[in-house]
Amino acid sequence: MLSIKNLHASVDDTEILKGIDLEVGDGEVHAIMGPNGSGKSTLAGVLAGRDGYTVGAGEANFDGKDLLEMEPQERANEGLFLAFQYPVEIPGVSNIYLLKSAVNAARKHRGEEELDAMDLVAFIRDKMKLTGMDDQLLYRSVNEGFSGGEKKRNEMLQMAVLEPKLAILDETDSGLDIDALKIVADAVNQLRDAKRSFVLITHYQRLLDYIVPDKVHVLYNGQIAKSGDKDLPQELEKTGYAWLTGADEMQAEEAVQGQ
Amino acid sequence: MSEQTEIVDRYTALFEQGCEQLPGAGVSWVVERRRAAMNRFAETGFPAPRDEEWKYTSLRPLEKREFGLPAGEALDLRPEDIAEFTFDEPEAVRLVFVDGVHVPALSHTAELPEGVDVRPMSVALNAPSEALQHHLGRYADPEGTPFVALNTALMGDGVFVHVPAGVQVETPIHALFLTSPGTDGVGPHYRNLVVAEDGASVTVLEDFAGLGEGAYLNNVVTEAVAPENARVEIYKLQQEGSGGYHVASFEGYQGANSVLTHHNIALGGRLVRNDINDALDAEGARVNLNGLYLGDGREHVDNHTRIDHLKPRCESREYYKGILDGRARGVFNGKVVVQPEAQETDSDQQNRNLLLSRNAEVDPKPELEIFADDVSCTHGATVGQLDEDALFFLRSRGIGYEDARNLLIFGFANEIIERVRIEPVRARLEERLLKRLPHTEAMED
Repeated sequence: MLSIKNLHASVDDTEILKGIDLEVGDGEVHAIMGPNGSGKSTLAGVLAGRDGYTVGAGEANFDGKDLLEMEPQERANEGLFLAFQYPVEIPGVSNIYLLKSAVNAARKHRGEEELDAMDLVAFIRDKMKLTGMDDQLLYRSVNEGFSGGEKKRNEMLQMAVLEPKLAILDETDSGLDIDALKIVADAVNQLRDAKRSFVLITHYQRLLDYIVPDKVHVLYNGQIAKSGDKDLPQELEKTGYAWLTGADEMQAEEAVQGQ
Repeated sequence: MSEQTEIVDRYTALFEQGCEQLPGAGVSWVVERRRAAMNRFAETGFPAPRDEEWKYTSLRPLEKREFGLPAGEALDLRPEDIAEFTFDEPEAVRLVFVDGVHVPALSHTAELPEGVDVRPMSVALNAPSEALQHHLGRYADPEGTPFVALNTALMGDGVFVHVPAGVQVETPIHALFLTSPGTDGVGPHYRNLVVAEDGASVTVLEDFAGLGEGAYLNNVVTEAVAPENARVEIYKLQQEGSGGYHVASFEGYQGANSVLTHHNIALGGRLVRNDINDALDAEGARVNLNGLYLGDGREHVDNHTRIDHLKPRCESREYYKGILDGRARGVFNGKVVVQPEAQETDSDQQNRNLLLSRNAEVDPKPELEIFADDVSCTHGATVGQLDEDALFFLRSRGIGYEDARNLLIFGFANEIIERVRIEPVRARLEERLLKRLPHTEAMED
């Protein structure tokens, strides 16, 4: 599904990613953890095609195609989805309009007919059940005046509607209360199947109490410092990131456990 | 001053030659008001660049050209030629004016409640009602701006609406002011008056559209009166042709617990200037001013608004948004005056501008003058560009760059457009807006 080899990327001449290697197979769920500043969000941004990063050496292949050569919209239409850490508000553009535009862009890319409005609404309502999102939010402007939880639900709705091959969740769990966290986890668990893959980028291990990953990686200083199975987060909870940073053990532990 | 002398001479000649043919020529008070206004204009000429109110808007192109009064007969337009500007649902009373002249064949009557008077201004001036005589020119003062003086002297056609006390008019009154293709050099002075009596309600749509590329000047004055418990809603839509000059003054006057809503949607024109003024002259009155202005190429669009809080416990809400592309220039000057007596005034004014090109420019100027001490007045003005994060977000959802950009521009404007409550008008505005954006095939589906 996703194959990253020796990926380097920098922001304003400062190298952030210093040779990432990562293989995500079909249907696998990978968690990437790590302290602040380790490069987690840079990795998500580079994979989704955000401006402002200079990609140096290395490669990233998505379903056999060179991901780094594609425009952000092409990546999305090929089946890559990024759930944002800070979902943006778009005043004046309704959720339904956004979803309609996004679905039809993907269909056009695949050479399919655009979905008619009635079918589309029925399809979206079906997906809304999955995220438990309030019906009326569909006709409100994208994320405008939404609570933190509602914004994340909205990201999950977009993910459910777009049915990506690979979804990258960039700290989608940050700032969420436990109920909202469960919504995110439920959405991922329900969409999880033998083909669809996920990369969960998270600062805290608590998301992984609800989504059991196949593999867990610790990112530190722009490289994957350690990889393991679903038990790695528990290990980290005991030791913190101190073995990586050399920082005070207690502080590091707090950083892992979060609020 | 020689240029101003030339302008004054030109318009005086126009007045002297044309006044016999102007409507109301047989009505002495009309004739007197015209002449007084002409004398006033002769004293001032056009506003000078040093006039603070006209600092950013040069009238030079208007000074050099001669714009004649409308001819007696309008060009032959067929109903299908104007189909994109008319609507049948909801049924509206429609008065169509082409190059300054009322065209009954294109107009449409609808049943109105008893006592409601809706007539072309040319007809009303020749057979004036008491209401017309009482209100015409009472709010738009020729002493104020030279364009109001000129309009009062030369007013030709437009719409007169009078709604008796307590009558609710559900049917919108649609006044459509078209400039035909191929016309060049015409200068209509459109005059509208909307009078609701106590407790009455009415909605009027002033719709200006240019169909050609020639030069013309629409000089418009609209007065609206909403006394106690009245509700008046005015929609002013304007999309002049590429050679169209549009100068318009609106004067609202409100009584106790009245609501006046004015929507000012300016979608284009060579030079557009709006003066939107409202006086809240009794307790509990509320005014809403919504505005959207678009400029592209070398267009110039200037909106000056003034809300006068004269009495206690009135509310004003003003939301104006501008989108400027190319080398267009926008001006927003929003004045809110709270007079000493106007305690417990509640006022909010917001002006937001979106610049789409390096060479576009906007001058936002909010002005609050507060002479009362117990008030809640807020205001804000911003100038920005498209949000890069939002652009990336949309692209990350599979939407192409141009479409994503257009979606954001549309969203910005839509906040004003969605306040339009006449459904076909809102739909048409969305359409016209989309047409102004580049490469919008994907969005028009």
